[in-house]
Amino acid sequence: MIYLENVSKVYSANSPALDSVNLTISAGEFVSLVGHSGAGKTTIVKLILAEEKPTSGLVFFESLDVHKIKSRDIPKLRRRIGVVFQDFRLLEKKTAYENVAFAMEVAGKTEEEIASEVPHVLDLVDLSHRIFNFPHQLSGGEKQRLAIARAIINQPELIIADEPTGNLDPINAQEVVRILKKINDLGTTILLTTHNKDVIDSIGKRVVTIDKGKIIRDNKDGKYVL
Amino acid sequence: MSWIGTKRIIKSGKTNFKRSGAVSLASILVMTVTLLVISFMIFFQAVLNFSLSQIKDKVDITVYFNVGASENKVMELKSYLENLPEVSSATYLSADEVLARFQTKHSDDYLTIQAIKEVGDNPLGAQINIKAKDASKYESIAKFLEGDSDLMKVETAVIDKINYHQNKVIIDRLLTIADQSQKLGFLVTLFLVIISILITFNTIRLAIYISKEEIGVMRLVGAENKYIRGPFMVTGAIYGIVSSAITLVLLFPVTAWFGKNMADFLNVNLFSYYVSNWFQVLGIILCSGVILGVISSFLAVRRYLNK
Repeated sequence: MIYLENVSKVYSANSPALDSVNLTISAGEFVSLVGHSGAGKTTIVKLILAEEKPTSGLVFFESLDVHKIKSRDIPKLRRRIGVVFQDFRLLEKKTAYENVAFAMEVAGKTEEEIASEVPHVLDLVDLSHRIFNFPHQLSGGEKQRLAIARAIINQPELIIADEPTGNLDPINAQEVVRILKKINDLGTTILLTTHNKDVIDSIGKRVVTIDKGKIIRDNKDGKYVL
Repeated sequence: MSWIGTKRIIKSGKTNFKRSGAVSLASILVMTVTLLVISFMIFFQAVLNFSLSQIKDKVDITVYFNVGASENKVMELKSYLENLPEVSSATYLSADEVLARFQTKHSDDYLTIQAIKEVGDNPLGAQINIKAKDASKYESIAKFLEGDSDLMKVETAVIDKINYHQNKVIIDRLLTIADQSQKLGFLVTLFLVIISILITFNTIRLAIYISKEEIGVMRLVGAENKYIRGPFMVTGAIYGIVSSAITLVLLFPVTAWFGKNMADFLNVNLFSYYVSNWFQVLGIILCSGVILGVISSFLAVRRYLNK
């Protein structure tokens, strides 16, 4: 599903953010990308989302060369990917319902589809009682669950979770991981970046370790080793 | 764009407006000031044009006819003048009317009145007072009367003098001052309007700067540019509509005050002018407000969409 071929990204000449990275993620996999801060995890996420262009190398999403698509087609790519971030990135002036509905609106869904699916997804992440609350009225865990609801509402092929537990206490972190595993069990590919050892060890799936812009380990058995 | 997409954009723009309380209020206040400046420009131009047209209206030329000039010939010339495209009006005063006016004007001057009585017959000839459609045409009318045209050779024999050349310097100076003050007035108001527009644009830009994170999130969720930009433009249009409404209401007491206290000084009652031209002012203010809001929002959002 995701193919990175010899990808390098250089922000400053002395320390490349990524250095000849090769990575393949198959459909249905749950891949954890681990590494210290500044190792290059978020750069990989940005390259897949077409937020950044690689200095050299190719990034493919299915058969699509991500950095050859026209800028007006980037929204279509992004609608196939659900995203969850450490800082939640919710729309502050919209309620929980509207945040999720917005993702459906931009995908061109009808009002009827929105009215029937949004409450269902909010129920799935246990936010039924917060449906008309604004993000600033939610706790950290609730915000992240709302972000997950928004990410899954259009049933994307891939979900990218960039440090989703970074701002959460251990209980909420485990709750987020539990939801991500459940989504993966239903067939959606997950790419999780984190440096939280407990989170990685509890997932027990493929772990790719990155350090100073290079992939240094790719384990199928899912242990956090740095 | 589909109808449902447009409906969503309008709804989202309205919601943004309601939920951005303080930011909306600040934008509306600044835009109201801009629209007031634009309104004052309209009134200033009206006052200026009215005053200048009054000045220009005072410029005319008078043709003095010889005593005893045939009335038929004078009337023939009058109707000929009236048919000239440059002439707005030609008013005939008979020799008797001229004498009556002269006597009224000099009623306090005993010696002059006595002198006129001594003469016995009316020593004054008839007159035609000519007003041109455009002040710049007086010279050609004067030349025409002085016999430059072949058509008038017979008639010139009855003309005593034409006062254009005596007044030429004053007329020219007056017209130059009028034109220059019109240009200067326009430039000064244009300058003020441009400054106000820039301030409004910057206020809206700041309002949208606050939402730059939100724009980034919308892009990540896969929203197309038009779907991100649209609601901001709708909000900008609402700023324009609300500010126009406030401006149009405020103009009633403001022009009423000017109408009551400054009508003599300005030569025009601004309140009457505002009321009688209300729909025109509404059109200009509403269009200015909406266009300013929409274009400012469009430009401000574009900055974050191109990143």
